[in-house]
Amino acid sequence: MVDVRSGIGEAVPPAEVEDVELYHPHSWWTRYVFSQDAKVIAIQYATTAIAIGMVALVLSWLMRLQLGFPGTFDFIDADRYYQFITMHGMIMVIYLLTALFLGGFGNYLIPLMVGARDMVFPYANMLSYWIYLIAVLVLVASFFAPGGPTGAGWTLYPPQAILSNTPGGKDWGIILMLSSLIIFIIGFTMGGLNYVVTVLQGRARGMTLMRMPLTVWGIVTATVMALLAFPALFVACVMMLFDRLLGTSFFMPAISEMGEQLQYGGGSPILFQHLFWFFGHPEVYIVALPAFGIVSDLISTHARKNIFGYRMMVWAIVIIGALSMVVWAHHMYVSGMNPYFGFFFATTTLIIAVPTAIKVYNWVLTLWRGDIHLTLPMLFALAFIVTFVNGGLTGLFLGNVVVDVPLSDTMFVVAHFHMVMGVAPILVIFGAIYHWYPKITGRMLNEALGQVHFWTTFLGSYAIFFPMHYVGLVGVPRRYYELGETAFVPESVHSLNAFISVAALVVGAAQIVFLFNLVWSLRHGRDAGGNPWRATTLEWQTPETPPPHGNWGKELPVVYRWAYDYSVPGAPEDFIPQNQPGPGRVTHEAVS
Amino acid sequence: MTVVLVFLAVIAVIIAWWLAQQRLASKPWLEVGHLHDHRGAEPVPAAKIGLAVFLAVVGALFTLFISAYFMRMASSDWSPLPVPRFLWINTGILALSSATLHWAKVEAERRNDDAARTSLLVALAAGLAFLVGQLFAWRALSSAGYFLTSSPANSFFYMLTGMHGLHIVGGIAVLARVILRTWDAPIDRRAHLSIGLCATYWHFMLAVWLVLFALFSGWANDVVDLCRQLLT
Repeated sequence: MVDVRSGIGEAVPPAEVEDVELYHPHSWWTRYVFSQDAKVIAIQYATTAIAIGMVALVLSWLMRLQLGFPGTFDFIDADRYYQFITMHGMIMVIYLLTALFLGGFGNYLIPLMVGARDMVFPYANMLSYWIYLIAVLVLVASFFAPGGPTGAGWTLYPPQAILSNTPGGKDWGIILMLSSLIIFIIGFTMGGLNYVVTVLQGRARGMTLMRMPLTVWGIVTATVMALLAFPALFVACVMMLFDRLLGTSFFMPAISEMGEQLQYGGGSPILFQHLFWFFGHPEVYIVALPAFGIVSDLISTHARKNIFGYRMMVWAIVIIGALSMVVWAHHMYVSGMNPYFGFFFATTTLIIAVPTAIKVYNWVLTLWRGDIHLTLPMLFALAFIVTFVNGGLTGLFLGNVVVDVPLSDTMFVVAHFHMVMGVAPILVIFGAIYHWYPKITGRMLNEALGQVHFWTTFLGSYAIFFPMHYVGLVGVPRRYYELGETAFVPESVHSLNAFISVAALVVGAAQIVFLFNLVWSLRHGRDAGGNPWRATTLEWQTPETPPPHGNWGKELPVVYRWAYDYSVPGAPEDFIPQNQPGPGRVTHEAVS
Repeated sequence: MTVVLVFLAVIAVIIAWWLAQQRLASKPWLEVGHLHDHRGAEPVPAAKIGLAVFLAVVGALFTLFISAYFMRMASSDWSPLPVPRFLWINTGILALSSATLHWAKVEAERRNDDAARTSLLVALAAGLAFLVGQLFAWRALSSAGYFLTSSPANSFFYMLTGMHGLHIVGGIAVLARVILRTWDAPIDRRAHLSIGLCATYWHFMLAVWLVLFALFSGWANDVVDLCRQLLT
């Protein structure tokens, strides 16, 4: 069955997967602005995502200022506070993480890693970015709209999201929020089609699925999930827009406000919750799976060792993807659902821990006896593993109905999801940027600044979120603008809150160092050469760095081996690029 | 949410079936050298796969709408709306449109360029007629006093027909582009592929419409009740 030619050494003539016609830009505008080149689109996506992410970072500062030093800052009132919470969450989860992982890394890495010249539908790819930009602008517009942005919480639960007591509920805030999400989803679908079909149809010769780097596996699985899950958010947003603008009652029950009966009646808020979490939980893994993939590649490259259990890693990614589509209701234990449902969803939730744990073991086993280089990408990858395990363990607590019910509305949950889907993926993003920046720009990022950035971010985020678990266990509720005089809240909580806020300010400031590094190294960074990390995957084997339009020069690469041939015994170097024919290891017994 | 779970199960089966052919159990670390890919000699055009993935997304969208419909239907304030006669005619027109597109595809295969062009035009006209017909159906309903907000069934009716109509509008835009491109150029392989893709999309939107129609006229409920009885 397996057709392996073991007459090693002979190169296969590049008789090619049909070479696609490339679109060739003619002017500066089509080359750098309305570009159809996936690499340019990737940088556009990443820049926009990071820019809007900085807004969300500032919002988190403002929230922490209020929580740490209540009453000190006059301009933060309760309404503002809720607006900060909502926009911070929404921006970070969707406009930063999703867009950066799939739109940014997906666009840059997929064509290069699978050996394609570009995405298969470059025009749709370009549209995808511009629609995303419009979505971001609509979102930003809500800050300036009368009444300000919505303050409904990032889950936007009706009925409160569109009532007048909620900030933005009867003004423009919620309308712009929902519209922005709808636009985002349309744009994402265009990009997502590209990522999937490029992996299916654009792979270079010899690049079988099982030879793809795990980064590609992670990104493409996440994209498939996103394509299936985002429509749920789309449906929810459309229906809520109808409720808000046209007065239908999809989600709105009979309700009176300020002693006045509203025209709504009979709608089901729970219906919204189902739709929202049908999207919302896969969303966690849409962010996590690319992170898993990228971190596997970082660890393997910087430990100079093949990834342990590659097959299992692939299967785990696929299984996590499948399972995470059927766990959504574990966010709704407190919504009064049938206990048997609760049991079902608790079980599926806990089962996900199995493939996830397999991944963590495999990372650790890859490190075992590896030749670990503590480069910046490696530091971030290690920090990710630790953080992810931390956040994952508290996830097991919350996955249990009996434990979740008392903890559900406390700061414990905030600490949990920030660890597992805030800090952990962000650490991977940083690691990935330090890792691929040399390929994107041709220069290395500054090491000293990077060390400052890493240690402040890593230790700082623990200073923020570890105490927050304790605050939650004491019973401090989340979403509260201020605690006031509350009997069960000890004095220590207040000083802890102040400490957390200071830590948050410091960590935020460290990101400015990072941004400075990004810009400064563009001109002053050390020259990187084509393959500074001595990595095997295709993107490091391009004839030029940074790769030009069309990536590969005259001929597409041909792939002869998997992505993890590090430290192969007997090989002259400690890595063998994927496109290098010739002997690696003995291969005769592979024919099965 | 049962409907969407069934849909997901179907998608999962398709993905699993495809993955099963990809040698996921191979040991890539042992296989150095040139591997024959399991993509055939004549690769499937990327646009075809792209459309298939897109239809899966559209399918998910409508399935979720339908799931919401069933969940909302369980509330006490539900009262079905009378299905306007017009919808029967519209259904016929959309089916005609779908059929002529298929015809265009067949004619293009037979290299009857002129016949293909004519049937493309007919399909386009029928598509437009369907949209106009839907607007008439809306007007008939609202003049009979069934407004968007007067009951949840009405809300769903207007929203779903609107959503479906938007998808038809998109399809018509693409179809018009294909017609313009093939108008005075011979129908080559690429144009032929585009016509085929339009036809596939149209069949899919027809199927979606039939499901929606069944939903509005209440037959879908009978089917669902039957399934429920079979299960319990």
